[in-house]
Amino acid sequence: MSTPTRDLGSSGAQASSVASPAPAPGSDPGAGSRPGNRLTELRRTSPWVLLQRYGALVALVLLLIYNAADTANFTLENFVNTPLRQAAPVAIVAIGMALVIGTGGIDLSVGSVMAISAQVGVILLLAGVPALAAMALAIVIGALCGAFNGALVARFRIQPIIATLVLFIGGRGVAKVLSSLAEDKPSGALLNFKDDTFSILGLSKLRFFQPGGGVFAIPVQVLVLVVVAVVVAFVVRKTSYGRYLLATGGNERASRLSGIPVGRVKVLAYVTCSGLAALTGLMMAGNNSASNPATLGLNMELDAIAAVAVAGTPLTGGRITIWGTVVGAVMLQLLRYTLISHGSPQQVAQMIQGLVIVAALCIQRPGRSR
Amino acid sequence: MTTVAPALARHNRRIEIGRRIQQQGALVALALLLVFAATRYDNFLGQNITDMLVGDVKFGLIALGMTLVIMTGGIDLSVGSVVFLGAVVAAQLGDSGLPASFGGAVGAGALIGVVNAVLITRVGLQPFVATLATLLFTRGLSLSLAGGAPASTSGGSGFRDAQAAGVPVSVLLLVLLFLIGAAVVRYTAFGRHVLAVGGNEDASRLMGLPVDRTKAIVYVLSGVLAGLAGAVYAGQNASVATSTGQGYELVAIAAVVVGGTLLTGGVGSVLASLVGVLLLQLILNLINFENAKGTIAIGAEWAEVVQGVFLLLVVLLQVLLIGRRGRAT
Repeated sequence: MSTPTRDLGSSGAQASSVASPAPAPGSDPGAGSRPGNRLTELRRTSPWVLLQRYGALVALVLLLIYNAADTANFTLENFVNTPLRQAAPVAIVAIGMALVIGTGGIDLSVGSVMAISAQVGVILLLAGVPALAAMALAIVIGALCGAFNGALVARFRIQPIIATLVLFIGGRGVAKVLSSLAEDKPSGALLNFKDDTFSILGLSKLRFFQPGGGVFAIPVQVLVLVVVAVVVAFVVRKTSYGRYLLATGGNERASRLSGIPVGRVKVLAYVTCSGLAALTGLMMAGNNSASNPATLGLNMELDAIAAVAVAGTPLTGGRITIWGTVVGAVMLQLLRYTLISHGSPQQVAQMIQGLVIVAALCIQRPGRSR
Repeated sequence: MTTVAPALARHNRRIEIGRRIQQQGALVALALLLVFAATRYDNFLGQNITDMLVGDVKFGLIALGMTLVIMTGGIDLSVGSVVFLGAVVAAQLGDSGLPASFGGAVGAGALIGVVNAVLITRVGLQPFVATLATLLFTRGLSLSLAGGAPASTSGGSGFRDAQAAGVPVSVLLLVLLFLIGAAVVRYTAFGRHVLAVGGNEDASRLMGLPVDRTKAIVYVLSGVLAGLAGAVYAGQNASVATSTGQGYELVAIAAVVVGGTLLTGGVGSVLASLVGVLLLQLILNLINFENAKGTIAIGAEWAEVVQGVFLLLVVLLQVLLIGRRGRAT
């Protein structure tokens, strides 16, 4: 667990230092900029502030320890292949959501975009298009949905929640209607397919031979999550686009005045978010070897926003943590997995998830003065 | 100064006209569509209108609460789950009679509303995430109460068929509550506080207005109305499916937006949200009639597409009418 801890730490410190030109109400006074001082800095910070910053990670570690001690057959391989694999789609969508939230926006349409792109991919596949081309086109269509959202927000200055509500409502309908383009299928029909290449994003695994013998299997979805998180975290932290993004969310007017192409920054965030949602839609279709336009990606926006919020990200924008978001998504999924594997019903697990989110938000809220 | 004045007056008048259209546009559109439909289809008036209104009641009730919340600059995502909770509670209390089932549902809704109010005004959480958490919690709670299965409603039929002067009681209830809501916003101190808080919270606080109390009251009201919507749902349907209420919150928000209330808070009209609800549902009804007439042959799936396109048009129109500079961010 040491690597993610370090990554999360630097991402948190970096994010607040990047946002420092803008008024960032939640930023801690001790968050320094020189990376060499990070350890001393951590030692000086009070435990309460540490809990505020790494609450989701603490909860995740506690859950892992609890499971290792108490759940039958809970090994690293088991963790990677069940709860982590289940969390991967939510985490990938949440990473895109974090980018949009970083600009001060929100994207309610991710579930509908997942359904649209899965439908597009499967229909092309059934029409005889090679699997990889069908998948690529599906992601392009998803990204176009993001361009639509971005245009409404950046060009027409429509509030993000309303702008993405359009595609949330309309997109689900479009996904259902698309079914009629497949041969002999009415609108809204479930589309089945059988294609090993197309299902590669589904439940397939990469097997690694361990030095002492035996095989360690890692699901493709987990690998995709790691790649996406590494790339996006790098972009947010090390590139000028990342700085523009956080500056836009921190103080849009100041960013505009200082010459940042605010509109383009926002559009790119929405395009990335939808593109990642499209990728996740293909994963879901791969899971079932079918695409059901009525249910694929349903309520995904809520899970993704919850994961971002649990990571301590303010929805007002300007401050995000990619690894924290991943930790948040995995923590919420592991919580559910732990509860269900200990015999509590699905609905009780959902209630406790709600309570944990509230607890996380209460711990992380910035200052009591106001 | 004198040379600028006429141009300024013209500019102001144009803004004023834009505001008027933005505020009354939904009503005009509704009237035009109703006239169009009444002349084009044979069975449009009468029973069809009644059925449509009966189906609108649950959305109307939550849109009323949502309008008040949005006027204060907040948002309540939990209403869909609260409708489900209210419906489950009402179904389970169905044998104890109508007052018990309605009271139980409204009480349960009020409870969730109080939780939202405390989280937002006392703990200081953002409305969006606070009500998102209660959305998840309430759905889990309702499913637990229902035992994870659809709940059957035994005492509902009496309410479903109850009419007064030929109008279903649920529709009368909706209209009455909307009239009360509009009167409260327009004529009471509380109504002024709601708009003031949404317009500028800091200024309201400095002026000594009871900001937290006002916000708390609107979230509790929203919960109460959503619970009531749940009781109405249980009264109108033979069973409460486990998916009941999913996405209702977004339908309500769409209706509020179509009615012309800005999500930034501080302005808005309660009655316009009712028009928004009616308009969004009327579109679905018109699609059914066109299908029956045979001019088009599209499934129910298209309804969502049409609603999405309609919402898009409304939002774009509002941007054009108010102008970009008129919108506070």
